[in-house]
Amino acid sequence: MIDAGNGALEIAAAVRAGRVSAREVVEAALARIEAGNRRFNTFTTVTTERARRTAAAIDARRGRGETLGPLVGVPYAVKDLFDIAGVTTLAGSKIDREKPPAAADAAAVRRLDEAGAVLVGALNMDEYAYGFTTENAHYGPTRNPHDLTRVAGGSSGGSAAAVAGGLVPLSLGTDTNGSIRVPSSLCGIFGLKPTYGRLSRSGAKPFVDSLDHIGPFARSVRDLAACYDALQGLAEGDGACQAMEAEPASPQLGRGLEGLRAVVASGYFAPAGTEEAQEVVARVAKALVATHRIELPEVARARAAAFVITAAEGANLHLANLKRRAADFDPATRDRFLAGALVPASWVLQAQRFRRWYRERVLEIFATTDVILAPATPCAAPRIGQETMTLAGREVPTRPHLGLFTQPLSFIGLPVVVVPVQRSGRLPIGVQIIAAPWRESVALRAAAALEDAGVVSAPVPE
Amino acid sequence: MTSKPFDAGTYVDAAAAALDLPIAPEHRPGVVLNLERLAAMARLVMEFPLADEIEPAPVFRA
Repeated sequence: MIDAGNGALEIAAAVRAGRVSAREVVEAALARIEAGNRRFNTFTTVTTERARRTAAAIDARRGRGETLGPLVGVPYAVKDLFDIAGVTTLAGSKIDREKPPAAADAAAVRRLDEAGAVLVGALNMDEYAYGFTTENAHYGPTRNPHDLTRVAGGSSGGSAAAVAGGLVPLSLGTDTNGSIRVPSSLCGIFGLKPTYGRLSRSGAKPFVDSLDHIGPFARSVRDLAACYDALQGLAEGDGACQAMEAEPASPQLGRGLEGLRAVVASGYFAPAGTEEAQEVVARVAKALVATHRIELPEVARARAAAFVITAAEGANLHLANLKRRAADFDPATRDRFLAGALVPASWVLQAQRFRRWYRERVLEIFATTDVILAPATPCAAPRIGQETMTLAGREVPTRPHLGLFTQPLSFIGLPVVVVPVQRSGRLPIGVQIIAAPWRESVALRAAAALEDAGVVSAPVPE
Repeated sequence: MTSKPFDAGTYVDAAAAALDLPIAPEHRPGVVLNLERLAAMARLVMEFPLADEIEPAPVFRA
């Protein structure tokens, strides 16, 4: 019964009931990874021994009649910036290969292991998470399972492609400006970027502390919510993480659309040349009975401010290596990091002050609405190596513009679920369901209703 | 209101020297281009008036 299309909760139920052993599930996943990795180039490390050891321990626990976690036996993999004990965290770089193996698992890995999930490896990404395409010069481009000539999106491209291609049912990524939401959209799967400060980033290599989030990918809303619920709880080792008890989203998924107020973001989020993206938003809006449109204030400035903060903070983190060995960086990130190191302090501080202003204005909108809908990307997956795209009649560089619609939202930490709209004969595009801070469960509930209605789905491509 | 165009090349050379950040000649054009892009972004932020009371948060709360 174990094949690429099995979901996480389906696997956990089968393991719990003894219809399949954790060992069988893991061996099937390892075989799929070996074959799939040659096509998609998703994994940078496969933790075969650890996975087999964990699976054997689960089967032994089941044999003794012990309690098993909600994700028992579910194979998962993490973006290669989450620490895995005994493995060197590469973060998509050549430089970090020289680092010693991580001493301990990242907090998120510990949480998923506690829930019974089985780690099977680490996944490709843009170097140091600075990109939207996962065209990594050191480890090669990750390929989109829907079309191998296309990018998977980034920076968590390996995480999205591994789930979209059916290698694992769950994965973890990070999102600073769109790095979960862009690859979710381009690979046609579900992704969640929770509220800033909700989940602990401890043991995940930072990129931009002011804007970094971690979150899950899955092929169904229930799997996504189950993974998110397993990641919640009091967090340690992350200064931005707020001490709050878990607020499980899974029990609320069946509540449907009753009382849910949805609006569509217009203006900035609907420029000329994004008709395909607007079309998928319209399908989702219709199903959510979102008849009103709303214009968020000063969105272009919000994106600009996020852009400046990202460059400056990201560069500061890597300053020592930029001084000593700039040539060892991926050419796709190097010049941006070098420029970011030179950004005047006034630009950064003004951007942080603007963030405060923008947050206040956007939060006012949530007084009269529950979710805002916007496209996740301006288009479907571009070709690998595609340097430019056309937007509003202008030719613009592809890579930064993939984050056009995601960057202004992570800027103020709003929780966002990306739901994938499949299009017959064409590549999928995702829609962002944006909620007020700490209301992940509302966005997930809307996503579940859309999935139940057949409007959004994430089948593994043939 | 007009302001002097931002001379990214001159700025890159001066700021890199101040920071003791060597920029290899083959990397310089890319760095200058990216600083021009950043300056264009920063202009959008800097030209927007903010009241003195709007402070950057030491730890941002969503």
